[in-house]
Amino acid sequence: MSSQVNLKDRNLLAVIGDEDSITGLLLAGIGHVDQHQKKNFLIVDSKTQTSVIESAFQEFTERKDIAILLINQHVADKIRPSVDKYQAAFPALLEIPSKEHPYDPSKDSVLKRVQKLRGD
Amino acid sequence: MSGAGPREAIFPTRMNLTVTKGRMKGAQTGHSLLAKKRDALTQRFRQILKKVDEAKRLMGRVLQLASFSLAEVTYTAGDIGYQVQESVRKASYTVKAKQENVSGVVLPAFEGVRSKDASDFAMTGLSRGGQQIQKCRDTYVKAVGTLVELASLQTAFTILDEVIRATNRRVNAIEHVIIPKLDNTIKYINSELDEMDREEFFRLKKVQGKKKRDAEKANEVRKKQKEKEEDEGEEGGEKDSRDEGLKGGAEGGADMLGEKDEDVIF
Repeated sequence: MSSQVNLKDRNLLAVIGDEDSITGLLLAGIGHVDQHQKKNFLIVDSKTQTSVIESAFQEFTERKDIAILLINQHVADKIRPSVDKYQAAFPALLEIPSKEHPYDPSKDSVLKRVQKLRGD
Repeated sequence: MSGAGPREAIFPTRMNLTVTKGRMKGAQTGHSLLAKKRDALTQRFRQILKKVDEAKRLMGRVLQLASFSLAEVTYTAGDIGYQVQESVRKASYTVKAKQENVSGVVLPAFEGVRSKDASDFAMTGLSRGGQQIQKCRDTYVKAVGTLVELASLQTAFTILDEVIRATNRRVNAIEHVIIPKLDNTIKYINSELDEMDREEFFRLKKVQGKKKRDAEKANEVRKKQKEKEEDEGEEGGEKDSRDEGLKGGAEGGADMLGEKDEDVIF
């Protein structure tokens, strides 16, 4: 497997979410700014364009140093087709709840698969 | 007839039969091994499935708690979002990937690593709310720990899903394509060899029959010759002959060589 080779390099977490979620996660110390001033998080508010989210999602999933990508569920809903299409193992995609939007297990793309597999 | 169903394009020889039988055995062994692998993976998969389900629900609660503590911070220290975002330099919370082996499948397991010099936000909330910020930070670190655990479960889930599908495909391919094909080939070779055997047997029979007929004919000829000789011997003794009408007998047969025909040129 080719993912084994660069598994050791993947040690960052990335976040796409609203300001509160990101502030909290940054407090925990997951924030990272690399040499090219690229951040590993994207703050989404009501004015953020869907295309911006989409491109950030693509960028984070293609970056080689990210192991886990966290995304707020209400943000994931905006780019649901891309999220549902995303099947790769690395980086692992996690949908997390935000303050205003409680967690809905039925929307989660992974949990949907889980439930489908458990159902039959 | 073995022509029904696909088979390998090989000549029906005895050597190929041995080779195909060997391959058949190999395919059967492979099939049972793969089926075992599939069962082991599926068992593991079910465990992970259960854990993922639980962990996802747990994550919802943990993050709710974390958001609540952040709200406390906002209440005491004001909005620290901007300050926090701007002071980001280097990640102090990173993950390390470990590897776990489940019957030949490498499953990654993430482990959260918090570097010791985690003092990025030492100045944040210096004037007020420092305690809340520390508390919030710890809560979030715990929450991230849960998330990392969940992520490793989820990754394992994704990889296992893929591997199980590939294994299933292989098992089914062997069971439904390769084994019937080899089976057909073996049957074909066997029937063809039998056919050849029958042909050979028939040919030998024919040869034998011909030889027998030849022998009989030769025998007959010899017998006739003998009889003739005996007849001649008898005739020599006896003046009396049976077929005088044909100028046979003593005067015909004996004189045939002696007398000369004018119109026959030798």
